[in-house]
Amino acid sequence: MFVRGLKRKCFDGEEDIEGTLAGIKAIPSYNLQRQSLLDMSLVKLQLCHMLVEPNLCRSVLIANTVRQIQEEMTQDGTWQMINAQSTGQASLDRLVSTDILCRSSRDQAEGKHVPAYGTFSKDFENDQAQDSSETMSTASAVQAPRNLQSNVWEMENTQENKGNFQKSLDQIFETLDNKSPNSVEDLFSEVDNSYYDLDTMLTGMMSNTKMGHCDSLETFSSSTNTASNSNCKSDLNDLDHIVEILVES
Amino acid sequence: AADIISTVEFNHSGELLATGDKGGRVVIFQQEQENKTQSHSRGEYNVYSTFQSHEPEFDYLKSLEIEEKINKIRWLPQKNAAQFLLSTNDKTIKLWKISERDKRPEGYNLKEEDGRYRDPTTVTTLRVPVFRPMDLMVEASPRRIFANAHTYHINSISINSDYETYLSADDLRINLWHLEITDRNIVDIKPANMEELTEVITAAEFHPNSCSTFVYSSSKGTIRLCDMRASALCDRHSKLFEEPEDPSNRSFFSEIISSISDVKFSHSGRYMMTRDYLSVKIWDLNMENRPVETYQVHEYLRSKLCSLYENDCIFDKFECCWNGSDRQVEFLSLCTSNLSNIVMTGSYNNFFRMFDRNTKRDITLEASRENNKPRTVLKPRKVCASGKRKKDEISVDSLDFNKKILHTAWHPKENIIAVATTNNLYIFQDKMN
Repeated sequence: MFVRGLKRKCFDGEEDIEGTLAGIKAIPSYNLQRQSLLDMSLVKLQLCHMLVEPNLCRSVLIANTVRQIQEEMTQDGTWQMINAQSTGQASLDRLVSTDILCRSSRDQAEGKHVPAYGTFSKDFENDQAQDSSETMSTASAVQAPRNLQSNVWEMENTQENKGNFQKSLDQIFETLDNKSPNSVEDLFSEVDNSYYDLDTMLTGMMSNTKMGHCDSLETFSSSTNTASNSNCKSDLNDLDHIVEILVES
Repeated sequence: AADIISTVEFNHSGELLATGDKGGRVVIFQQEQENKTQSHSRGEYNVYSTFQSHEPEFDYLKSLEIEEKINKIRWLPQKNAAQFLLSTNDKTIKLWKISERDKRPEGYNLKEEDGRYRDPTTVTTLRVPVFRPMDLMVEASPRRIFANAHTYHINSISINSDYETYLSADDLRINLWHLEITDRNIVDIKPANMEELTEVITAAEFHPNSCSTFVYSSSKGTIRLCDMRASALCDRHSKLFEEPEDPSNRSFFSEIISSISDVKFSHSGRYMMTRDYLSVKIWDLNMENRPVETYQVHEYLRSKLCSLYENDCIFDKFECCWNGSDRQVEFLSLCTSNLSNIVMTGSYNNFFRMFDRNTKRDITLEASRENNKPRTVLKPRKVCASGKRKKDEISVDSLDFNKKILHTAWHPKENIIAVATTNNLYIFQDKMN
């Protein structure tokens, strides 16, 4: 049906699932499907490094979808118990496999780390810690992918976390305001706004016109992290443009 | 690829057809004058002018590139020999003048033909320069540049029926421009706190006859009609068009597929048409609580929404259009009396669909060189949603979702349509007897 001949599909019609999930007899439970949709949505919203401003309409629609799922999960109590057991394992595997897919699909992905699913857990970590944090610099978000991944699944969900999740989602849109990024207040605020600074946010989202599962799973790198290739590339472009201005003036 | 077509628009006479592409180019086609000896064929469209409308830019403040892709082209009505059109990318709107030059002056006294200056002492006689014919040259020159008025991405431009003003809409704001001077903002839905943002503007259009009325559609499937006479900032709508949700079809994707990708008034201005992901709806401006007609474009995709969300196809923005205004359309051999009676929109697999409002019949056609020989009648296609696939039917799973027809246009006076696939423009006309 789609370009890359993906076997993995979402819960589209029972007849499809039986064909594609070879060897698995049971149809995935609603909860698992819903969790899978949530994961996919968060990945779509993740902040990847892109040169072009993201599509606001798409971002808003995905964020609204995430909120809907979250609300439903809260209502039926599953938000309280995202378990790390059977579903957690399956989800981890899926994340890993998509990471591998992601690496092979993009030229500039060499050397990059895990999808920014981890970044959302980072915020949970921060808020869970309850200290008025020193800001975790955005560079640290690119560390040890395994730690971040496991954090997501081990996290115990409380009402607080739900609220924080909501907040981190909202921050994505907050930064579309013309706030000056990395202002002094941001530096010392409880929430790590520097991660969601304007540059990172706007360069993060894809204006994705391509087909295929992988294309939406850009690996994360922050604009402040100079270690990654694409950042270097962007810095070079910046440099060229700055040189142009200097020369012209 | 840079030549992905991103917009298609006939001018008011239908003689010219403009396309914009991802590389910022505008290509204008011109219809050949009808050949008197060959009365059975209408003129073909040939390239008339090509120019670079927009270049890629870099926003230094945000460290982002601004795409040169042309989002919309709108023609101004012709007032003199030259043609004018508005073309826009995400941030900047430009007014272009397209003029023909088929004569040039010759016989200057002080200049040679190649432009070099003559030594005045060698001039012994005087002559009057005259215009001599030359090969037709079509020149495009930018007359106005309307910049720095949109923080977000421009999705629509619409010229007012007064032909002096136009509107431009981005995700959160709509601005009104005078073609001579700069703009003012007439709609602003940006929340004070961006955390509260849940809805964006997706399309906007002026009413064809009432120069103070316009509509804009949203990502939540609503359409608001505004009257500029009511207040300077049209934050309050005069009318809100919204269909209540069908609870039996509710899913996590309901909102996304309700997002309106295009809105177009009928020629009379009595109706408007909206396109959402799966359907086309016709609204009577006098009835806000539901559309008067709904046409399913590709309902078989409803069970595939999750996959389409996964590969982002669910965010594809399909446009729609009415048939041309002056001619009554004979559709499938049936005469019709309602002037705005056919609606057309695109789908996947290079399919496009037409719906006849009077007979309620519909047809699926394909824009593809492989499957249609030139000058033959297009064969209707059918998608097999489920069950046994009949011969000549195509199953949903073999549809190519890379081949999408987002942009279509209908000649304003004749039954000629322009259909843009990803890289190609197809022009079809009805069979003349």
